[in-house]
Amino acid sequence: MSVTEAPAAGASGGVVGTRMLRKEDAALLSGEALFVEDLVIAGALHLVVVRSPYAHARITSVSTLGALACPGVVAAFSGAELRSEWATPMPCAWPVTAEMHSPAHFPLAVEEACYVGDGVAVVLAETRAAALDGAAQVVVGYEVLPAVVDLASAAADEVLTHESLGTNISYTWKLCPDPAALESAFASAAHTVSEHYVQQRLIPSALELRGVCVVPQPFGGGYTVYSATQIPHILKVMLGITLGIAESKLRVIAPSVGGGFGSKLDVYAEELLCLALARRLKRPVRWSEGRSEAAQATIQGRGQLQHIELAAGADGRLSAVRVNLVADMGAYLQLLTPGIPLLGAFVYHGAYHVPAYSFCCRGVFTTLTPTDAYRGAGRPEATYAIERAMDALAREVGISSAEIRRRNFIRPGAFPYSSTAGLVFDSGNYEPALTKALEISSYEEVRAEQAARRQSGSVKQLGIGLSSYVEMCGIAPSRVLSSLRYSAGGWDSATVRMLPTGKVQVVTGTAPHGQGHETSWSMIVADKLGCSPDDIEVLHSDTSVAPHGMDTYGSRSLSIGGTAVWLAADKVITKARAIAAHQMEAAEEDLELSGGVFSVRGSPDRKMALAAVAFEAFTAHNLPEGTEPTLEASVTWDPPNFTFPFGTHVAVVEVDMETGQVGLRSYVAVDDCGNQVNPMIVQGQIHGGIAQGVAQALWEEAVYDHEGNLLTSTFADYLIPSAADLPGLVTGRTITPSPTNPMGVKGVGEAGTIGSVAAVINALVDALAPLEITDIAMPATPQRVWQAIEAAQAAWAARAAPADQSDPADQGEAK
Amino acid sequence: MRVSMIVNGHLVTHEVEPRLLLVYFLREVVGLTGTNVGCDTSSCGACTVLVDGESVKSCTLLAAQADGADVITIEAMASPDGTLHPLQRAFRENHGLQCGYCTPGMVMAAYSLLQENPHPTEAEVREGLEGNLCRCTGYHNIVRSVLAAAKDGAGLVPVGGA
Amino acid sequence: MIPALFEYRRAGSLEEAVALLAQYGEEAKLLAGGHSLLPLMKLRLATPRVLIDIGRLSELSYVRDDGDHVAIGALTRHRDLQTSSVLADTHPVLAHVAGQVGDPQVRHRGTIGGSLAHGDPASDLPAAILALDACIVARGPEGERTIAAAELFRGFLETALRPDEVLTEIRVPKRFARWSFQKFNRRAQDWAIVGVVALSAGEAANGHTSVSLINMGMVPLRATAVEEALAGGASILEATALASEGLDPPGDLNASTEYRRHLVKVLVRRALEEIGS
Repeated sequence: MSVTEAPAAGASGGVVGTRMLRKEDAALLSGEALFVEDLVIAGALHLVVVRSPYAHARITSVSTLGALACPGVVAAFSGAELRSEWATPMPCAWPVTAEMHSPAHFPLAVEEACYVGDGVAVVLAETRAAALDGAAQVVVGYEVLPAVVDLASAAADEVLTHESLGTNISYTWKLCPDPAALESAFASAAHTVSEHYVQQRLIPSALELRGVCVVPQPFGGGYTVYSATQIPHILKVMLGITLGIAESKLRVIAPSVGGGFGSKLDVYAEELLCLALARRLKRPVRWSEGRSEAAQATIQGRGQLQHIELAAGADGRLSAVRVNLVADMGAYLQLLTPGIPLLGAFVYHGAYHVPAYSFCCRGVFTTLTPTDAYRGAGRPEATYAIERAMDALAREVGISSAEIRRRNFIRPGAFPYSSTAGLVFDSGNYEPALTKALEISSYEEVRAEQAARRQSGSVKQLGIGLSSYVEMCGIAPSRVLSSLRYSAGGWDSATVRMLPTGKVQVVTGTAPHGQGHETSWSMIVADKLGCSPDDIEVLHSDTSVAPHGMDTYGSRSLSIGGTAVWLAADKVITKARAIAAHQMEAAEEDLELSGGVFSVRGSPDRKMALAAVAFEAFTAHNLPEGTEPTLEASVTWDPPNFTFPFGTHVAVVEVDMETGQVGLRSYVAVDDCGNQVNPMIVQGQIHGGIAQGVAQALWEEAVYDHEGNLLTSTFADYLIPSAADLPGLVTGRTITPSPTNPMGVKGVGEAGTIGSVAAVINALVDALAPLEITDIAMPATPQRVWQAIEAAQAAWAARAAPADQSDPADQGEAK
Repeated sequence: MRVSMIVNGHLVTHEVEPRLLLVYFLREVVGLTGTNVGCDTSSCGACTVLVDGESVKSCTLLAAQADGADVITIEAMASPDGTLHPLQRAFRENHGLQCGYCTPGMVMAAYSLLQENPHPTEAEVREGLEGNLCRCTGYHNIVRSVLAAAKDGAGLVPVGGA
Repeated sequence: MIPALFEYRRAGSLEEAVALLAQYGEEAKLLAGGHSLLPLMKLRLATPRVLIDIGRLSELSYVRDDGDHVAIGALTRHRDLQTSSVLADTHPVLAHVAGQVGDPQVRHRGTIGGSLAHGDPASDLPAAILALDACIVARGPEGERTIAAAELFRGFLETALRPDEVLTEIRVPKRFARWSFQKFNRRAQDWAIVGVVALSAGEAANGHTSVSLINMGMVPLRATAVEEALAGGASILEATALASEGLDPPGDLNASTEYRRHLVKVLVRRALEEIGS
């Protein structure tokens, strides 16, 4: 249910703000939409990658003879045989410090395999089955080296992932504006809290696996690259650089893409291999990922050891936050690997006013699959740490979770708020979201039920958890990215083109993969131009059609790409106004545009429809002096700031005190992402985000053994929840427009994930509070919960042994 | 070996390797790419189709096993003029899909569920879809879609009916 | 993703299936619903040279009331057990357990015979059959023999069925009035981390209780210590304390040995309370 129903019509009388159904759906629902795997490419060779079964091994020999003898196999290559194909190593676009260590990383390992799944050879065959048969016949000699799995040991350089670097530490990145203030805040604090948390590794698990298909063009010497990617534009640049191919020879198309969540925000070995081998063999080459393969060969998320310390006064008001992270890079730095933990650096103080702040992160190599962006990228980790720690502080001070947050929220009058970490938060009003979330979740009634269950000693105990978050998204102002040493800009681009028939083309540089941009961008332009959304076609994700763009990630598309669309539509209107004024012999400033028709103020019968202007611009028979024919405009928008959505989530969990099973009983999320273009899509983004956050809290973990073997490489072992495992989700909203863009919007794609992880674990800890349990590692498996209960009850028994005191929370078996 | 089956009302006969899975038969031999593959352990349900009227994971069935069967895929759900089946319509109206990759399998599983239980409770819908994973929606709107479709009697509307 | 190459033979009759098995010996695997075997073959963890498809032997799909027992054809699918009107009357526990296996799609294809022949200690139906004191009928070159469920499960994924035998029927005596099925897992579609089937004959039969355990060892197990204690007049709590006696289940990603030993006690107690032993 949605507590705040969307208005029937947009506030402006247009479609923006309404629950318009999606234009994308019919093709997806009928099976007509084409994903990479669906493309029929005549004559394509199927590529299969032979992968290292060892986390760390020297490659002593590679024999592809057995593969070449298999029916249907056309070619096979080792890493050494393809080494000459690469003009440069694979790209890492975010060297976070000048001194950062980044080992050379090639699409196939040449001398050493550094994680299970590292590619060592490829086989190409006429069918996929034949390529798989051939791959099974490739013989690779390995000299096994010690694996580096445990993050703390890795940080201590006990065993090195890359001997030549002399250390596992890739970088150390610090942010501490005022060390003296920090020291003095901790020295004079009435309360301090020091908490250690583990962010387990997660496997992003978009339902569509990755796939690549490269087709040499019949003339011109170019290549069309189809890839299941979030970043066709960035990929095109990086393919050109890495393979030494002129960018003008490359066309990258991301057809329908089945989810990404950050995992398709990368430049992958298989994309480079398919292009290099299409070039070498002069044939189309395609590759399809398998699910177990994806678990090893697609980036993973999170993977951090967190230490967060809070200093507060006697009333619980924060005076300082200090954060130390060890972040698992995996074996190599992928496109954005080192920067991901730093995207949290500016929000570890949460939604709270904190005078003194320090953040330090060490990026550490292990012999595991590389990490990179996964939904939220740095901010879920940050929010988890501060929101868990705030509950710890509430316990320390002796006030409620809600009260500790209320006392510390940044005041609504303080915006734009200059944070101690150095950013300016655009807008916010945090307390109403908290109040509303408590109200919707019937907080007081649930507390009463919790008390009753504690009193009766019920086997099923309740816990209520809060998480108030603020996050930074809309990545990003190019100048800020520059200061963070990120190699690209954060702008995006749009073209709005009125065709002679009055239909409209919108070209966007964003690359949607489930977010519904075709719908939302149509809504924006429909209101601007006064036409039906059905008359608008949104073109995207093809670098020949939409040559400029920075693609889709970091909850950036609407606030940056959508703003570019909004501005481009304005520009079209400006040009159209000049043409209309000229043809109606009126002054431009006397023209009013309403419902797609210009009329002359004071002379309502003098009208000219925008569509008619478009036709005039096409014929160019009668345009003002100096006006170019056609009616189109392009805008590239570089945002002045991030956007800072926020909200409060309330989770209620039920814990089986005998088995340790945790069930999510209800979930309420009140989110504020500024103005909403399509509340239905916003709500859907929040639902999905919550599910992924809850899944981190309760189910998902990439588990490795001591030798670096992934034990959760299938969907039978890596537990993604199904509909049967989750409750309905209740969403509400407040609206605090962002002043950073003309629509007043903020990003929402990651907010659900960012807000939800801590809410669930805080609820679990709340359920176990009578046992004085203050932490359960994620995912909170039944076994972990049971172990914590056992330990706590043993401790209680030891303490209470002399006198038989009744403990309302004692859920002993003998009932 | 030679296999024949009725796919979406048409007889299809083809020479195949015995190891060919039904999902690849549908996708690569018949050319119906609406049915997707999302895993290799029969866990995700993206490949769900109807075999002799019941939902089946087509990645866990050899084409040879479906020899002689009547197979319905997502492509047959809408009526020939493209009008969406009431169940598909309910998914659209309730925003029961985002990236759309799990959607064909989800729709087929939901249709099978509604055939067996035309008026399920929310809990029955959730349990009935336990074999289909979605990474985008958190299931909330999928469940709403199926409940709305059930209310409109979508389980009683034949495949291809609108 | 794609199985290794194999030869496919389809049996047109039970006799032909037995003959094909005799012909190919241990190189061959029987294919019923395929829901245990095909996933292993797709990951190339199983690479049989020959598959003998018995899925079309419709004569092996039935649930029949034979007076003192119910006879179930080996190729009866989980879904058919779940909705069987015969079982609803005679053995609702079996219908219920079948309805908890996997997910609806799996239940539309998976068969009881396939599940029993696979003999997975984590599967639901083998334990149910064990608790029900059922026996199975196997057909080989020398004819038919029956094997008591208690004798069927020999080791991890290993049964008393000989390589040349086809499991044809399951015979389930009508012995129990009350039942409880406790399945503990982390996610609805998954195998049980631990499961318990408890059956009680009711007061008429002196309250004889049968308890079997899922995923508590290399094979489905009977909780004999619990059963004997109850038969000897022990209370539920007293009997429950014995639920993990002598058991040393392997630890895995979901549960350590110790946790399984704990869980089984909780689940046995809940099951016994539910059937009112």
